[in-house]
Amino acid sequence: MPALPLDEAGKYVAGAYVVFFTLIVVYVAIISAKIARIERELTELVEIAERQDEPAGEAATPRDGEPVA
Amino acid sequence: MYSKGLKPLSIATVVLMGASLALVFFFAPNDADQGFVQKIFYVHVPLAIVALCGFVAGGIMAIKFLRSGDRSWDARSYVAIHMSIIFGTAVLITGAIWAKAAWGHWWVWDEPVLVSFLVVFLLYCVYYPLRFSIEDPDRQARYSSVFAIAAGAFVPINFAAVRMAEAFTHPRVLSQTGGSMPGDMRLTFLVCIAAVTLLFVTMWKLELTGKNASMQLKRLRRKLEAEASA
Repeated sequence: MPALPLDEAGKYVAGAYVVFFTLIVVYVAIISAKIARIERELTELVEIAERQDEPAGEAATPRDGEPVA
Repeated sequence: MYSKGLKPLSIATVVLMGASLALVFFFAPNDADQGFVQKIFYVHVPLAIVALCGFVAGGIMAIKFLRSGDRSWDARSYVAIHMSIIFGTAVLITGAIWAKAAWGHWWVWDEPVLVSFLVVFLLYCVYYPLRFSIEDPDRQARYSSVFAIAAGAFVPINFAAVRMAEAFTHPRVLSQTGGSMPGDMRLTFLVCIAAVTLLFVTMWKLELTGKNASMQLKRLRRKLEAEASA
């Protein structure tokens, strides 16, 4: 087959590179979602650990620097 | 543990990817035969080489797991194969685009390089159902490792078989005589291989770090729940 003219070849080249970078972006988005989930779970676990450390009766008392609603 | 060196590695990957794109579009000349379409070669071939090497690396890591019993090697092997499957998907799509532009067809069934890559890709697609159909973690790691070793050994055999095949309609890039690329194309190609390899390693480490963090969280949750119920 003869070489395609630049305007037609450009579409194919752009298509190939877009596929490659789209896969990378999708992967980064999936990893970001995973990291967000890990952060949520970690926050939840820190809260559980802090509740366990607090003696009974102090659980509802706000600590220093904590905003009071 | 797995995140060690991830930041400099990520920076190096971004820099090298940028450099490789600059070389592809501003330094490497257009191919005399295919013209501008040949630029697809700089993304397609490095992806294919790195994906195949990733499959073999997964097999080597599986051997390390079976020899040592260290579960971290099983995780490394699994993630290497997982990444290679992602890269393999990109290889098949970019290859189909290149085939359409160069040959006028999205897929050519009598081309040994294309079909052999598809066979390897489909073989590794079996890895997921095999791995996740086994619930016992020890058996899962052992059986998956055996599969990874057998399939990993098949990859170089398959590559050699294609090289020995008679029909060569697919362009050969690497050969014992050094291929037929001029110096500036060769330099661009080597930089692209380095960039894609770094991308693979970065994604591999990132995935392992994420999986390790999830596992540590599960352990922490179990411990806290056990303490709470005690």
